[in-house]
Amino acid sequence: MTEPTGNVPAVGGWAPGAVPGLVPAEIVVTEQSAAPAVNANADQVGEPAVVESVAASRGPLAMEAVGLNKVFKLGRGATLQAVRDVSFNLYQGAVIALVGESGSGKSTVAKLLAGQERPTSGQVIVDGKPIDVRNTRSFRAYKSHVQYVFQDPFSSLNPVHTVGYDLTRPVRLHQPGVKDVPAAVTALLEQVRLTPAAQFVVKYPHELSGGQRQRVSFARALAAQPTVLLADEPVSMLDVSIRLEMLNLLDDLRTRLSLALLYITHDIASARYFADEVLVMYGGQIVERGPAEDVTQHPAHPYTQLLIASAPDPDNLGSSLRAGNVVVGPGGAIAGKAGSVGPAHVGCPFSNRCPIADDKCRRDNPALQLLTPVRAAACWRLDVAASPVASGSI
Amino acid sequence: MAPILEIDDLSVAYRSEGGDVHAVEHVTLTLNAGEVVGLCGESGSGKSTLAYGATRLLRPPALITGGSVRYRGRRITQGGDPADILTMNHRELARIRWREVAIVFQSAMNALNPVLRVQDQILDAITAHLKLSKHEAREKAATLLDLVGIPRDRLRAFPHELSGGMRQRVMIAMALASDPEVVIMDEPTTALDVVVQRDILAQIVELKETLGFAVLFITHDLSLLLELADRIAVMYAGRLLETGAASALMREPAHPYTRGLLNSFPSLHGPRRELVGIPGTPPDLRDTLPGCPFIPRCSFAIPACTEVDMSLAPPAATPGAEPDRTGPITTGSHLTACPIVTPEEASQEGVLS
Repeated sequence: MTEPTGNVPAVGGWAPGAVPGLVPAEIVVTEQSAAPAVNANADQVGEPAVVESVAASRGPLAMEAVGLNKVFKLGRGATLQAVRDVSFNLYQGAVIALVGESGSGKSTVAKLLAGQERPTSGQVIVDGKPIDVRNTRSFRAYKSHVQYVFQDPFSSLNPVHTVGYDLTRPVRLHQPGVKDVPAAVTALLEQVRLTPAAQFVVKYPHELSGGQRQRVSFARALAAQPTVLLADEPVSMLDVSIRLEMLNLLDDLRTRLSLALLYITHDIASARYFADEVLVMYGGQIVERGPAEDVTQHPAHPYTQLLIASAPDPDNLGSSLRAGNVVVGPGGAIAGKAGSVGPAHVGCPFSNRCPIADDKCRRDNPALQLLTPVRAAACWRLDVAASPVASGSI
Repeated sequence: MAPILEIDDLSVAYRSEGGDVHAVEHVTLTLNAGEVVGLCGESGSGKSTLAYGATRLLRPPALITGGSVRYRGRRITQGGDPADILTMNHRELARIRWREVAIVFQSAMNALNPVLRVQDQILDAITAHLKLSKHEAREKAATLLDLVGIPRDRLRAFPHELSGGMRQRVMIAMALASDPEVVIMDEPTTALDVVVQRDILAQIVELKETLGFAVLFITHDLSLLLELADRIAVMYAGRLLETGAASALMREPAHPYTRGLLNSFPSLHGPRRELVGIPGTPPDLRDTLPGCPFIPRCSFAIPACTEVDMSLAPPAATPGAEPDRTGPITTGSHLTACPIVTPEEASQEGVLS
């Protein structure tokens, strides 16, 4: 155990947003090489459950994330644990949705899988071997395997390059055997339904709508002929009426090309329709996982219940919202009034917003516990929170 | 409820070398005191242009080509005739802006100046529009933060020290600085995640109840409006296609476009339903085709659609019947620009597939 040194921000006095550029998350004060860390309580208590993925039936294993941890050093000895003990598998032809609010660590997980960040501990395994991205050559080889689609189609395309240029480069880079590059580019554009392709090859990003730009992003990712596609909020910048088309396109691509797709979103309703398995993240860890329909219809974790209660519900006219009431989930989870409450520093990360948290929740961080062979939730009070699940309604 | 802002037959065009872009065409929309009206449409449908046109915030090449905007705030008219915003001079406009009609701008999260403390930015707005002493202005800024549930000590914070939701709250607090009668909110929650969005919407409703302002809420997310708004206006290619009470729109969407929007978002509750969406892309507003602008994307389109004059009328009761344009049209009426499709047909299509 180490004592906090004088010049580091005290854990207790730290308010979300008080440190520039910080997402509200946990700060653990450690000295280099000090083990165990001061905040030993944050380590999960109990063996994490081994959950079978419903997505496994879709196809062969494409990628494994095993016990991923990512700790960012913030300087002056302060650290931020963005990802804690995250394990899951991606399967070819299957969609895994990673759902959570801003700052929950979902994008960091994607960056770890993409090889853009190195995990502090844990491994990403492809074809039975841990990935190797140590030098440019191996990173490039890895990228032809795993591609990333960014959230914002307005900033992820270079404004001075044409669509043709954007697609020609990855084709040359990742498909060196291809002789007729323009034909390959045309095929890519047709794959994402930007037709007639000849019309789009010469266009600049500013001449395209948001939806068309995101299609170009998809085409650019597909140019590498990947087996895994990491889509980080691919539709959240698009109009509601366009989103559905984009999700249908992604759905079509993963079926036709047998892609393993990680779909990152804060919109749990789209995950219900689009994903095979849903992983809900909060405070850097997976708090609930299971088949998409099960998780959205019978959420077990109080945080998942809050997420679902917060989503706009057009079928519920004259709802709590218009009456000006506080949102209450089925398990009684309420939205943080100030809307800016970060995860708790010790114990269960959700304990400071959870209406049913008790002393144990504030002290010990729960590991995932099996509810059914394909479902798990990390909560000490599942008996109270998950009553619909426990009573056998699934 | 008395009308407070009446947009009447407003048209706005953007002058460009390739010809005028008709961003808003003959739009009539009334906002009643204390009411939440939702304005819904895709990017480029003209919803922001309508709001900024009505408040004279547009600059050339935008040009208001017709219509009138009458404001009936009690402090301005004092029971007399309404004031026409479109004919006001700069001094009169300055009296209306912020004090009477406040705006929470799109991407408000980035609308704060990153190098100024929150306090200085709120004070800026207060001192520009209200006559208060330095001390009173500071006190006012603090009470505004109280109003939106941000601790007073955050006054000294820089925008980057606040979360997205808190920045949005600061923007709302600033808009409410002078007790406005109308607050226009342009996509105020678009960049936020659902839990924070829900908090902020609940807060807007709560503030509206206590302070009594009317809200024009602009968004592309119809599912939000169905919960939030009293009335909804659906805009497409610069025109209003349908207006009506939220419940009427939800139950009996009269225009095929509204129906398409209703079928575009996945629902969380209830049985999984087949999502249809709206194929195609919005039209280029430079070349206006005769009749309904939705024809290229409409599954009901027939040749007669090119002769539709796009005026709003109560939905036709039976297929093919002439719409009843004789009855009284109140602001609460369910009106549609589509005389071809009955609500029944429109909603049936949605259930199919």
